[in-house]
Amino acid sequence: MNAIVVDHLCKTYRNGVDAVTDVSFTVSAGEIFGLLGPNGAGKSTTVRMLATLSVPSGGSAQVAGRDVESDAAGVRRRIGYVAQASGVDRHGTGRENLTLQAHLERVPKRDIAGRVGSLLEWIGLTEAADRLVNTYSGGMKRRLDIAMGLVHEPEVLYLDEPTTGLDPETRSALWADLKRIRQERKLTVLLTTHYLEEADQLCDRVAIIDRGRVVIEGVPSDLKAKIEGDSVTLNVEGRTSEGASVLRTMEEVLEVIEDGDSIVARVAHGATAVPALITALERAGIGVNAVTLSRPSLDDVYLHYTGHRFTSNGMAEQNHQAPANRRGGDQR
Amino acid sequence: MRTFISDTLHLLVRHLRTTLRIPIWIVVTLVQPVIWLTLYGQLFRRVVELPGFGDTTYIEFLTPGVVIMTALFGSAWSGMGLIEDLNEGVMDRMLATPAHRGALIAARVLHAAVTVLVQSLIILLFGLVLGASLPGGIGAFLAILGIAALLGAGFSAFSNGVALLTRREETLIAVINFFGMPLTFLSTAFMAATLMPSWIGVIAKVNPVNWGVNAARDAMAGTNWGGVGVNMALLAGFVLLTSFFASQAFKVYRRAA
Repeated sequence: MNAIVVDHLCKTYRNGVDAVTDVSFTVSAGEIFGLLGPNGAGKSTTVRMLATLSVPSGGSAQVAGRDVESDAAGVRRRIGYVAQASGVDRHGTGRENLTLQAHLERVPKRDIAGRVGSLLEWIGLTEAADRLVNTYSGGMKRRLDIAMGLVHEPEVLYLDEPTTGLDPETRSALWADLKRIRQERKLTVLLTTHYLEEADQLCDRVAIIDRGRVVIEGVPSDLKAKIEGDSVTLNVEGRTSEGASVLRTMEEVLEVIEDGDSIVARVAHGATAVPALITALERAGIGVNAVTLSRPSLDDVYLHYTGHRFTSNGMAEQNHQAPANRRGGDQR
Repeated sequence: MRTFISDTLHLLVRHLRTTLRIPIWIVVTLVQPVIWLTLYGQLFRRVVELPGFGDTTYIEFLTPGVVIMTALFGSAWSGMGLIEDLNEGVMDRMLATPAHRGALIAARVLHAAVTVLVQSLIILLFGLVLGASLPGGIGAFLAILGIAALLGAGFSAFSNGVALLTRREETLIAVINFFGMPLTFLSTAFMAATLMPSWIGVIAKVNPVNWGVNAARDAMAGTNWGGVGVNMALLAGFVLLTSFFASQAFKVYRRAA
């Protein structure tokens, strides 16, 4: 059974910005599905549409069998939404936040106190339960966020950038928590992230989203397998296309992509290939200014599927993503 | 309807709890009427010697005016909390739940009305301590609280509507400052109607703040209950109008997302 079906969803804001141009994917019940992409790719906008917070400009989506437009109320009852911009009331305590959320989510009155208590214990906030959220650390606040998304035992949980802004230690602790959710609760999770590692650790399947489009959907290990070897980025003095064609003829080079002043070559063994690459370029009369060697990263997955790096355009697109204070904290 | 009431009450509890956790708010609430009543009461004490004020003390004339002025400024900033909720993602989180949409705004309006009620009570009591008399008796006392709460609800709804349309604290501050003081001075809060320039008198007739001041003053005197009723009805109409404005602004906000 499919928990989420997204069919050619798109969203154009009133100011003319195409935040999402064509997004389709399917999430099976019980799956953890990742939407992977840089800031401004359209991940948050997609999730906001699936959470009924934003009305699609085109396409359709069903969540837990309900249409997000014609049965928004039905969708809301079945989802938990944990936005990137926390959304907890800082001036309330953890327990008060959870209790209010339970009321709003229509948890039966007699179950509320018990469920709030066990959730607090489950996320390890029992001792801090009656302290103001203002005094919580980032990790505690995030765990409370997630508990609030779970208080009514939804069928589908959305986690928008759950670990952005957390330090590495807190992040891996949160990963452990999310894995626990997966084991202990029967629910479908849709999470967005711009960390390949996170998608790799947590997700059964991912869709890579770029400039408002899904470019590929698949199992993380498969995606990574396609990006084997090391990336060598050669910064050259002009004539990049000529240099690229030189490198393409070399046996050890798996793939070559031109990227501005640079040529990115994927090779099986970076350390041994670098001297050969430089020699080949210089023999063709193309000077090399700088060389960077890196393991395959999200950047390389992107480069592979989109033909461009996401860092530069990701920054540019961030500026015109959504009306100023509505974007759910994409740049926090 | 049941979900509307229950959601409104739960959200109201949240807002009241937040207010009570700001110690400075409580201090200001208690101290401000003392300052207003003593300062204005002393400064303008002899104004009542002008013909047109009738035989009243200025403190008795001033007390209903200060009640209404405090109700205006106590409620007009209500939208600030809403903007904080918008910016912090609290509103989005609630909009993704089945929570009744109307309750999200109604709770804020009700919160403003409740806090205005408490503030008015304090001012009235202090006014009585300073020597204002209350010929209208306990009925007048309750009527004044009701009038202040109505006015507070109306301006809170207006403020929340502006907050939803502008979504910026700076803009809301500008709008409230633009309306607040003029509305106060275009009323009989500090000056008898007969002594106003005629053009101010004309504007005052359509000024909700003036309706509130007149209703509260008539109630205090206990002589013109018909006038109290008319002005309260006008204020109720004002609350309906601004509530409609706020709900439309909320629709605009949700559609723009």
